[in-house]
Amino acid sequence: MELLTQQLLSGIASGAIYALMALAVVMIYQTIRHLNFAQGEMAMFSTFVAWQLMAWGMPYWAAFLATVALSFIGGVVVERVVFRPLRNAPELAHIAVFIALFAIFSSLAGFIWDFTIRPFPTPFGRAPFLGSGLISVHQAGMIGVTLALVVLLYGFFRYTRLGLAMRAAAENPASARLVGIRVGWITALGWGMAAAIGAVAGMLIAPVVFLEPHMMLAILLYGFAGAVLGGLTSPGGAVLGGFAVGVVESLAGTYIPVVGSELKLPIALLLIVLVLVVKPSGLFGRVVVRRV
Amino acid sequence: MSLEQRIAIGMADSAPRMVKAAPRLSGSLVFTTLVFLALLAAALALPFLVKGFMVFQLTMVMIYAIAIMGLNLLTGFNGQFSLGHSAFFAVGAYTTAILMDRYDAGFLITLPAAAIIAFALGVLIGLPALRLENIYLALATFSLAAVTPQLLKLTPMEGLTGGVQGIALVKPDAPFSLPLSQDQWLYLVTLATGLILYALAVNIVRSRTGRALMAIRENPIAARAMGIDIAAYKTLIFGVSAMFTGVAGALSAVTVSFVAPDSFTLSLSVALLVGLVVGGVAWLPGALVGGAFILFVPNLADRVSQGLSGAVYGVILLLAIYLMPSGASGIWRVAEDIIGRWRKQE
Repeated sequence: MELLTQQLLSGIASGAIYALMALAVVMIYQTIRHLNFAQGEMAMFSTFVAWQLMAWGMPYWAAFLATVALSFIGGVVVERVVFRPLRNAPELAHIAVFIALFAIFSSLAGFIWDFTIRPFPTPFGRAPFLGSGLISVHQAGMIGVTLALVVLLYGFFRYTRLGLAMRAAAENPASARLVGIRVGWITALGWGMAAAIGAVAGMLIAPVVFLEPHMMLAILLYGFAGAVLGGLTSPGGAVLGGFAVGVVESLAGTYIPVVGSELKLPIALLLIVLVLVVKPSGLFGRVVVRRV
Repeated sequence: MSLEQRIAIGMADSAPRMVKAAPRLSGSLVFTTLVFLALLAAALALPFLVKGFMVFQLTMVMIYAIAIMGLNLLTGFNGQFSLGHSAFFAVGAYTTAILMDRYDAGFLITLPAAAIIAFALGVLIGLPALRLENIYLALATFSLAAVTPQLLKLTPMEGLTGGVQGIALVKPDAPFSLPLSQDQWLYLVTLATGLILYALAVNIVRSRTGRALMAIRENPIAARAMGIDIAAYKTLIFGVSAMFTGVAGALSAVTVSFVAPDSFTLSLSVALLVGLVVGGVAWLPGALVGGAFILFVPNLADRVSQGLSGAVYGVILLLAIYLMPSGASGIWRVAEDIIGRWRKQE
């Protein structure tokens, strides 16, 4: 029983990170209808920036906030410089651009900071949470920060003018433009926010998986899985999907005998494919009805 | 500006744009044929003009081109997105490797075997794929790509697949003691296979089946209303696409003379996709351009800067997309256009 609780909790903790990545993926998906394959590498790059700032002597939270701000700017710049000129290019060209971005970020990080694995500090400490020994304070912190961020974003989208404008632009770009929303800049804003959320995810998971250029690879996959499971049109669904993937991954690794750590990822993916076969637009996604 | 003027402008804007007719003159056909014959002659002469390693590389270009052609049938013509083609590539490669290594089969006999097995697997994957569209299909096929290397490494299968170690193969010699090196022989086999498959692909695309596939891509509901059996066509093309890629895998197993699980990861699927985009979506000859891109550009990037090779590759890819958003097919169309106009003027 204790093993079950422990695995559940640690699944929820890693699920928090997947939820953040899923959220970042959905932010960009909402504006350009594509999964950003480079999301994980962008987050990894942000985490390296945070590490560099701390290495230069910045205290943790200052570096944290500075990184989030820099990532936001970086995300906007990527959209303006790389994607803006190609917005009318064929769909598959966009995917190739994501692949290019992936290669660029991954290689740049390796070039600047090399491929050695480094520890990343945690602001929460590694003591057991509330003395229970089930999860560490850092894992609890991961869950806490994720939930706080989700609440913040919910408030932003629900109660601010800008949030409303973003929702309108995602829902119907043409009508949004007609009522005076600058859809182009909203897209850039979505990219910036996605990059910032990714940066938070990267900085939170780095103390667990250690900092190196490939650290976000598997995490982004789980993030995709979470986003798709929850339904790509629903940010709330994406968050729940991320948590669900974390739990499934953790339980499958513990209880299905042949699985072990090698097959954890395929099993998680397999479950998701099964869900999709039954419910093709995800658990919380809208079914899109199209006129012919 | 008066209201009438504005309305007039609005109407002009919404009026159906004049579709620019492509210059389908006989000149364009002659041009195409000439280019094809010149390429064929060059392809036949090349293995005798360049050094051994270059022959190997050119063989790999054609192998990638065959795989990209398969992906193009599925993604370009039918609109089904796949990140799982590395799995079909792997199945083809392993079929050949196992048949040659464990059962001493001849290399040429293993090609149809690889084709059949990959086709069957493609149909099997295509069935659940019927339920999924766009991104969801991408994720499902992506899972296939992620699972494949792990499955190949599984201990119970080790007797057959060689586990993590993979299987080493011996390159076959040319038959009838022809005066060809192993690399030249493989090059010619690949060229012949590629031509057969290209002819098959062109015939599929130009036939009733091809039109049905494209109708499904454009609008599945309208296609169904016209009486097209969507499920049958989608599954069929999944199988055919997998078959192309499986044959490419079989050829690569012998050309590289080694198969191992880690050669067939997601990055292979991604490379094929890049090749598809660079070559041009829904344009079959583009596969050669795409194949050359994914083989030579990473090498080129490596030579520019060892440490930053990934970034250089990314920048080259970005530039390629900027300069030709619709791939090599765009450039081809421009060339055809110019030739057509030039002939008209004469």
